[in-house]
Amino acid sequence: MSAIEPTRQDAQASLDKIHTRTLPQRLWSWRYIVLRRLSQLGILLMFFGTAHWGWQIAQDVPLLTGNLSASKFAGILPMADPFAVLQIFLTGHVLQTEVLLGAGTVFAFYLILGGRVYCAWVCPVNMVTDLANWLRMRLDVRPIFHITRNVRYLMLAAALVLSVVSGVAAFEWVSPIGMMHREIIFGLGLGFIALLAIFLFDLLILKNGWCGHLCPLGAFWSVIGHHTAQLRVRFDASTCTHCGECARVCPEPQVLNLKKIAEVGYVYSGECSNCGRCSPLCPEGSLAFDLRPLIRKHNERSARVTP
Amino acid sequence: MAMAEKTVTRREFLLQVAQGTAVAATGAMLWLYMLRQEARAHPFALRPPGALPEPDFLAACIKCGKCVNDCPYDTLKLAPAGGNLPIGTPFFTPRDIPCYLCPDIPCMKACPTGALSPELNNINDSRMGLAVIDIENCLSWRGLRCEICHRECPLKGKAITLETHPRPISKHAMFYPMVHSDACTGCGICEKACPTEEPAIRVFPHKMVQGKIGEHYRLGWTFETEITQDFKPSAPSAAGSAPAKAPKKAPGMDYLNEGGL
Ligand code: SF4
Ligand code: SF4
Ligand code: SF4
Ligand code: SF4
Ligand code: SF4
Repeated sequence: MSAIEPTRQDAQASLDKIHTRTLPQRLWSWRYIVLRRLSQLGILLMFFGTAHWGWQIAQDVPLLTGNLSASKFAGILPMADPFAVLQIFLTGHVLQTEVLLGAGTVFAFYLILGGRVYCAWVCPVNMVTDLANWLRMRLDVRPIFHITRNVRYLMLAAALVLSVVSGVAAFEWVSPIGMMHREIIFGLGLGFIALLAIFLFDLLILKNGWCGHLCPLGAFWSVIGHHTAQLRVRFDASTCTHCGECARVCPEPQVLNLKKIAEVGYVYSGECSNCGRCSPLCPEGSLAFDLRPLIRKHNERSARVTP
Repeated sequence: MAMAEKTVTRREFLLQVAQGTAVAATGAMLWLYMLRQEARAHPFALRPPGALPEPDFLAACIKCGKCVNDCPYDTLKLAPAGGNLPIGTPFFTPRDIPCYLCPDIPCMKACPTGALSPELNNINDSRMGLAVIDIENCLSWRGLRCEICHRECPLKGKAITLETHPRPISKHAMFYPMVHSDACTGCGICEKACPTEEPAIRVFPHKMVQGKIGEHYRLGWTFETEITQDFKPSAPSAAGSAPAKAPKKAPGMDYLNEGGL
């Protein structure tokens, strides 16, 4: 095992490992992408099947009614988008218990799991922006300009303030995410134009433009997961050769600041969406999904072994 | 010079702040404008039963479509993006599929937010809109015996009544359908049933068709308004005794028709 300071040769060796992977190894490294697509499409399919084919879990108990804004699973479990509910609350409207319970459930779920798990595993727009990003890498599109990724927090604040000012839930009325899932589940309108705009923006104008810089829902979930998320990408600094491949494929590369995550032992930023691009790619196995309490144990163990 | 450098930096800084603020303000204005366009510019939508007054409804509805899913007649739709109705909100088009006034109101029960108010207990109390008749194109008003709207109306005799009118050159009366806003639910079953090429009876949101008299008018010939209370014949007493006091004048009589001029 290499010393604390990896050399350039170590990094090159790691890169060579990546470039000489066999086909099965390559396919295996896509496992999280495949699972994420299954999750994203499966959720949409459950909504669609319930709305159009009357899918039921038992006699007269619909499987999953509604959409990602608010829904009910198996006739008992209400769910709702806490960000949408927060905006409605700010319009001054008194909401009914069902939607509050639903928002609370979803909130608690992501609070524990990590907010942006929503982004990588549920949000349908992620499929569009991932495609744009993948194409952008293949076509080697040069950047035109940079803006700070913190614009999304400004968008988040604006969505909340404008909800108070306008009297309607400000983001919900313009959300391309809402347009996409509504129109897939409830019938087509012109929402695809908004998605096309996002696709072209991400492909040709700004890398990870929408999800990485602008989306207020992504920003909301980044904040929610930041301190409490239990599912994180563990980082083992002792094996890392600083080859940099993880940050190259990461849609939020700022979260892979290796020096900082080496101190903490895992990718701590709430902006990490747990998309699982980095860990299967890492040729040294330095990155892996793990639960936070286990990460501490793991790192204590490896700290004992390394010196 | 340190002083000069500092001034330049401050100037640049202020300029940057101004630029940032300008971008943010422009963005916020655009956003607000879009919200206005989407949420306020289209007053035409007919909402599901129990919907709150439109501004409250637009604030409360989370656009989940659960009402749409639970309507057994596929009456409700969610407004698509780019259409002429507020985006993502449920509405119905009676000429396609009216609301059949389910007694158990499943759409309202499905609503998780209260945008469809759970205070609606009786579906006949819902006021989704108001039917209006184009008397120039209504077959019955033209003298034919149609009256289909009256027959189909789930509240016939209350929401729609027929009034007979003598016909100029025949002994057969004309039957004029009349809609009454105190009972019409706006379900649109009449609009769906109307046999004319374009429906001669249609449902609109109340705001678009209903006038308002104004508090200051007094309808002198009715007994409801203050001014005429003096002339109101007193109710026969329960004990069966003679009426306490005869009205001073017959209702509606004044110097114009008393012959006193
Ligand atoms: S950032 Fe926004 S659009 Fe992108 S995946 Fe997350 S919620 Fe969806
Ligand atoms: S750190 Fe890894 S899991 Fe997190 S967003 Fe980046 S690539 Fe995805
Ligand atoms: S009352 Fe019945 S028919 Fe009318 S909108 Fe509701 S569910 Fe549909
Ligand atoms: S169920 Fe309620 S919140 Fe959902 S779309 Fe219908 S009216 Fe809106
Ligand atoms: S909309 Fe037409 S059918 Fe429905 S209650 Fe009113 S008059 Fe009757």
